[in-house]
Amino acid sequence: MQYIYGIADNSLILGQRLGELCGHGASLETDIALTNISLDLLGQTRSYYQYAATLLGGNATEDTVAFLRSEREYKNVLLVEQPNTDFGYTIARQFLFDIFHLSLLEALQNSQDETLAAIAQKSIKEVSYHTRFSSDWIKRLGDGTTESHDRIQNAINDLWGFTDELFHQTEADKAMLSENIGVDVMLLKAPYYKKVSAILEEATLITPQLEYFQKGGKQGIHSEHMGFLLAEMQYMQRAYPNMNW
Amino acid sequence: MTTTQPEIEHQLFEILETVSDPEIPVLSIMEMGVVRSAIMKNGVVEVSITPTYSGCPAMDVIGDDIKKAFRDAGFEAKVTLILSPAWTTDWITPKGRRALEKYGIAAPLEAEADKEALLGNKKLIKCPQCGSLQTKLVSQFGSTACKALFQCEECLEPFDYFKCLK
Repeated sequence: MQYIYGIADNSLILGQRLGELCGHGASLETDIALTNISLDLLGQTRSYYQYAATLLGGNATEDTVAFLRSEREYKNVLLVEQPNTDFGYTIARQFLFDIFHLSLLEALQNSQDETLAAIAQKSIKEVSYHTRFSSDWIKRLGDGTTESHDRIQNAINDLWGFTDELFHQTEADKAMLSENIGVDVMLLKAPYYKKVSAILEEATLITPQLEYFQKGGKQGIHSEHMGFLLAEMQYMQRAYPNMNW
Repeated sequence: MTTTQPEIEHQLFEILETVSDPEIPVLSIMEMGVVRSAIMKNGVVEVSITPTYSGCPAMDVIGDDIKKAFRDAGFEAKVTLILSPAWTTDWITPKGRRALEKYGIAAPLEAEADKEALLGNKKLIKCPQCGSLQTKLVSQFGSTACKALFQCEECLEPFDYFKCLK
C-alpha cells in the first residue's frame, strides 16, 4: 500500500499543480499542453488508487484514497509539490520529474505484480511524450534570449535540491524490491543525472553542483506548500463529505 | 495471453458498432479498437474495453453507452476496464482511419514519421481539408489527450492530428 502511494501520490500532486494552470498558462498552447499532461497524470493516479482501494477493501474507493488522507499520509516527493511560480519553474519541475518518472516506469513494467506492470506499460507511452515536451522547452528557454536563459537556469538551480530525494529508498521500496514487485530507485540515479546533464548542456545551461539536498516527502514530512495544495484539492470532500457529481 | 485480436462474438458486434466515441462521434468504438472482448455468459454480455489514454474522460461515457446499447437490445451488460495490453493507434481500423479523415482529423502516421512531424522536422501530415502537405505544427497537445494541433499553410484551416501511440 505504502509502495503504491509512493508512486501514485507523485502523479496526483503534480497533476493537481498543473491543473492550477488551467486557463492561466503562459500561452494557449502551453496551457493546453500542461493541462493535458495533468489529465494523463490524474488518469494514471486513478488506476493506481483503484488498485489501492481493492487492496484496502471495506469502504475504500479511489476517491477516499485521493481526498481523505491527511498531509503526513501523502508520500509524494517534495519536488512535485513545489509551486508553479512562473513558466520557467513549471517547466524545470516537469523536466526534473519526467526524466525520473520515465525511468521508474520502464523498470516497473517488469514488476511481478501484474496490475502495477500494466499501469506502467500504459503510462510509459504518455510519459515519453511529457518528457519530449519538457526537454524541448528546457532547450528552447535555455537557448533562447538572455532573459529566458537566466530564468530557466534560476529555476533549475532552485529545484535541484529536490532531485536527490527521488532516489532515496524507503522501507516500502525495500520490502517490494525483495518480492520483485518494486523498483530499485538507487539504480536509476546515475543514468538520471547523466541524462539531465546532457540535456542541460544542449540547452547551454549549467548543471548545478550541490552537496546538501532536501528530503522528507517520502516520509510524509512535506514543505510549507503542501498544506495549501491539499486544502484546495480536498475542499469539496471535506466541506460536503461523500458528495458526488 | 496478450492477444491483439479482440475476441468478440458475432451477434454482439452489430450492437457494439452502434456505440460511438463521444469525442469523435463519426467513429464507432469498434473502429477505435477500444473493445477488447465481448462474450455472452449466462445471459449477461461481458465487455472489456481499454482506454486510449489513462485520463481519457470518454471512458466512463463509453462504458455507460455500451450498457445502454445492450439494454435497448434486451441484454444486460457488464463492462470492465483493462489496461494490458495497452491500446495503440494501430488498432484503429482502416474504416476508422477513413472516417477520421472525412471528419477533419488527420489519421496517425507510423511511429518514426510521427516523431519527425511532431518535432517539426518534416512536413508529413496531410491537411484533411485540402490534402496539402504544407502544414505546420501549432501545438503538440490538442483539444483532447490523443490529438495535436496543426494548421494548413495552403488553405489556412487549423485541424487536429491524431497522434501515433505505440
